[in-house]
Parts: sequence; C-alpha cells; structure tokens
Amino acid sequence: MDIKKSAIAGTLESSDAQVTVEPGNGKIDFSLDSTVIHQFGNQIRATVLETLKRLGVSNVKITVVDRGALDCTLKARVECAVFRANDQTENLPWGGAIK
Amino acid sequence: MKNQVGREIPDELLKQYGKKVFSGSFVRSEDTYQKTGPCVHNYIDPTQSKMVSSIHEALVKCKIHDGMVLSFHHHFRDGDKIVNMVMEEVAKMGVKDITICASSLGSAHDPVAKLIEDGVVTGIQTSGVRGKIGEAISHGKLKNPAIIRSHGGRVRAIEEGDVHIDIAFIGAPTSDEYGNARGVGGKSDCGVLSYAMVDAKYADRVVVVTDCMVPFPNYPASISMTDVDYVCKVDCIGDPNKIVSNAVRMTKDVRELNMAHYCTQLIAESPYFKDGFSFQTGAGGASLAVNTMLRPIMEEKNIHMSFAIGGITKPICDLLEAGLVRNIVDAQDFDLGSIESLKNDANHYEISTSAYANPMNKGAFVNRLDFVILGALEVDVNFNVNVVTGSNGVLRGAPGGHPDTAAGSKCSIMVAPLIRGRIPTVCDQVVTVVTPGEDVDIVVTDYGIAINPRRQDLIEAYKDSNLPFCTIEELRDKAYAIVGTPEQVQFKDKVVGILEARDGSILDVIREVKPFEFKD
Repeated sequence: MDIKKSAIAGTLESSDAQVTVEPGNGKIDFSLDSTVIHQFGNQIRATVLETLKRLGVSNVKITVVDRGALDCTLKARVECAVFRANDQTENLPWGGAIK
Repeated sequence: MKNQVGREIPDELLKQYGKKVFSGSFVRSEDTYQKTGPCVHNYIDPTQSKMVSSIHEALVKCKIHDGMVLSFHHHFRDGDKIVNMVMEEVAKMGVKDITICASSLGSAHDPVAKLIEDGVVTGIQTSGVRGKIGEAISHGKLKNPAIIRSHGGRVRAIEEGDVHIDIAFIGAPTSDEYGNARGVGGKSDCGVLSYAMVDAKYADRVVVVTDCMVPFPNYPASISMTDVDYVCKVDCIGDPNKIVSNAVRMTKDVRELNMAHYCTQLIAESPYFKDGFSFQTGAGGASLAVNTMLRPIMEEKNIHMSFAIGGITKPICDLLEAGLVRNIVDAQDFDLGSIESLKNDANHYEISTSAYANPMNKGAFVNRLDFVILGALEVDVNFNVNVVTGSNGVLRGAPGGHPDTAAGSKCSIMVAPLIRGRIPTVCDQVVTVVTPGEDVDIVVTDYGIAINPRRQDLIEAYKDSNLPFCTIEELRDKAYAIVGTPEQVQFKDKVVGILEARDGSILDVIREVKPFEFKD
C-alpha cells in the first residue's frame, strides 16, 4: 500500500501508542519514543515493521510515540494509521491484511 | 566480586570504601563495634546565647569549609525548605565539595541538582532520591557515588562512623532559645522528629532551624538542648500543605482492593494472627486498604494489635481510638489525623529511627514485627525486590524502611500489580536489589500469590487456604505471556550509586544510564 497523505492513530494515554504515518522517501523511516524503550524497543520495532510488511507498505515515514502499549495495540494502531492514510474506512480486509 | 544476591561488585570499590559484599542479612549477629561520637563544643558558661540571626551566621559559627558533611531530615517531605535554604547559602559562600547526608531527598530539592553540576555538592548519602537529583546521579554528574541506605542502615552508618556529620541542620516546627525542639506545634507541624534524633547525637555541630520560637522549656523535647549548638529563627521552614496530606486517599481501584483483600486474608489465616500481633503498613493504596479490611475481622475474633508502627496515617489511629490497637510507635506522620492522634492519645509514641529500625543496636521495633505490607517496583524470581531504580534505570525511589521491616518481621508481604503499563513487576532479574530475597516472604499480585520457598512453614500454614497461590516463576510467566519478555536495561560501566545493605555491606551498585540503542 502507498501512504497517500499523513495520518494518525492512537493516543498518548498510558498503555496506548500514537502512530503517525507520512509519505516516505522510498524507504521505511522508523522513529520511536517509548516509556519502555529499554525493555521493549527492539520488540516494538519488530512488531511495527512486521505489520507494515503485512500491509505491503515499504515507503513511509512512521513515528511511534509509545506509552507502554502491548503488541496487539501497536499492530492495531499501525493498521489504522495506514488505512487512514489511504482514506479507507470501509471494506477493510478483516482477517486478511488486518490480522 | 559476586555477592550473595548474584550482583557483581567491583573490587576497587570494595577496596576504596573498605566494604564487604553482602553475604546474608544476619551475618554480623556476633559482631561487636565501638560507637563513634561527636566533637562537643560545650555551654559551660550560662551567659552564652545559642541564637543566631541567619543561616549564614550559623554556617560561619560552625566554621563551614570545603569537604564538610551536612545532614538533614525529611519530616517535611515535599514541603521542606531547609535543604535548599542551607545549600543556597553554602553555594553563595563559595564552599565546594559538600556531602549531603539526608534521611531522604525529594523533588522539593531539585535545586540541589544544579549544585551537583557546579561541584558544590560532590557526595550524597540518603535513604531516598527523587526528581532531578536522581537524574543527575544516574547521568554521572555527582563526583562520588551516591550511597543509598535504608532508614535503619543510615542510623547504623552514623553510629558506626561510616559517615561523620560535621553540621546537622534540624528543621523543627517549634524550638525554645536553648534548642529544645519538637515536631509538634507551630506553622509546619510534622508530628515527630524521629529521623533527626541520630543526627543530633552524632553531629559535631547541631543547628535547629525553626519558624516558631516558644518559651523555655519546650518539653517534652524530640531534640534536646543537650545536643544543640545553635538555634536559627527563619521566616518559613516548610509548606504545610506539602508536609502532610489533609487526608490520605482511600483507594477505589478494584485491582488494589483485590490485592488488599488477598493481603487481609493472608494475615487473617496466618499463624501470627492472634491477640497481641503487630503490624506495619505504608501509605500505598493497597496496604492502606488492609487497615480498614482487617478491622471487622479483629472485632469479630476479639484480636487486638499490640503495636502498629511506621509511617502513620489516620486509619491506623482510628483503630487505636477504637481500642483495637494498643500502641502506635511513630517514626513518621503522613496526614493531619496522625499528628492529632500523636498529640492527644497517650498510647501514641514518638520513637527514634534507631528504635524503629537500626540493625546494629541492641534491638529495634522491626524485630518485634509480625506483619509488614510493602510495595515493590520489581520482584525477581529469587524474591529480590527493587524500589529505587525505575524501568529506565534512573534512580527515583526510596528504600526507606523497606529492607529493615522485611528483615525484621516474621512475615513480610510485598504487594504490587503483576504488570504496570508494559513493565512486568515479577521478572527474571530486578534492575537493583534493594531488599534481598531471603527477607521477602510473600508476593501478592492481582494474578496470584507466591510464597518464598525458603518459608516452608508458611507454605504449610496455608495449605488448606482458598487463596490463589502459585510459584513466583508462574507469576513471571503470566506477566511475560501478556507483555512479552523484557530485555535488560543497558548501563555504562561507571558506578554512580552504591546500594548498601542494612549491615553496611554492598548489596548492589547503580551504574550510569546509557541511551537506548537498537540492536544491529
């Protein structure tokens, strides 16, 4: 999928993450701010990159501001941001690209 | 060299400080030692006055100079103005290389962080650090490693001469002109002056700082004129609103109430729950709720508490008033209700921190404790507890009486939610060992209760209980199944803090924090 415009999903509440996607420069540009970066930084990056791969996104600037979200939350926020960047809010591929 | 809780303590540190590694909570039980003492400046001349007109004058008269050790107490908690008042003046006078030996430091003392950067303060010895001072220490700004001790361990260190206090500044709500000081009365009522009692006895110079002078004699005195060099009257020693709470909040959080219920049942079903039992709780949500939950069970079974101890709050004073608690021994007050009780109830006593928790005197109250309920940031599978370093590795907490009461009591109960945000409380290895696992008996979480296998007697005692017992490993596994397996916080090599065990041996070290870097 392409990132057609900037989009955002999630909040800065505890146990949530705010994910922002913007059109990229031909690659995945990942940045992370997390309250649990020491314990889970690598795991958060892996989860986000895996989710982008599943959605077929390879050209994006993605910024994650994490407040201790679990992996399931991170995935949901990334998926939501990517579909919002495509203005797609109906006919979402539940069980397909969205696990 | 590795110590008994598996922590690597650098040999050069042991040599530099003449310390041993921790090798068990009670290994010094056969030890003797010579107490140290202060250099006394007498008042044989009855015409001499102790009054000084400013902190500046007090410092001059005490011959302040580079390299001195200044001490403070923390009965004014986040409302304290004494530390900043004194240290500002010290800095203004151009003095450097000061060690602050405090019973605790909080966010009220953030300005000290700047003095650390400026080299005015080069040493910190305390039973708690929060705010910017903790950050400065963890980022390697303090010249010498900070030394963190429990409340009892601090008294021991002063009495054994590990640290010698040059000048003690004792903030007191009331004082007379000859230095009899009390924790009650005045504008900054804090109840007791327990933490400052050892400072008064062992510092070369003792300066009482008050904002309320009262007629002589201010009795019964918490700090006696026999130990006081100078009395300094200032405008304001503290912010009453931050010294004590109007009322401690009773939790409505169902998770905390659930854990409080578990703790209450553990106490009620234990072999130690009988007439004359003793108990310490803190001001934390779950532990405070236990007070209230225990009451109907005590009434029903006609069981009375011989003494309650610790940081005192109104709920425990209510039990005293109701006759369910026979005595309160008080080393700190957290709310207005507890101070009122101290003033009015004959069975509510002020005690010294030595009487509370000093491991090397001839017997402290903690040794007579049946139950203590304590919080924990982290507990590892060996039951070691961390309460001082946060999940980012930064110093931001207080051992306080945690290691003392855990070691002294017959049954120490740690209560904490299994996970906080994404951080698992029960884990493979805590960041910093503050209370060694051998002193931790039961861990209560919202997902189950683990008894330390060292306490087979307790495991046996609860064998018919309906409480949700499991192993500590099972608790860890439950936590990791939800949040994932955490990686260890990465540190630089430089030691920025020494975590001293109660007996003065080294339990752990705190290292300089390192910014996170992704793998590969």
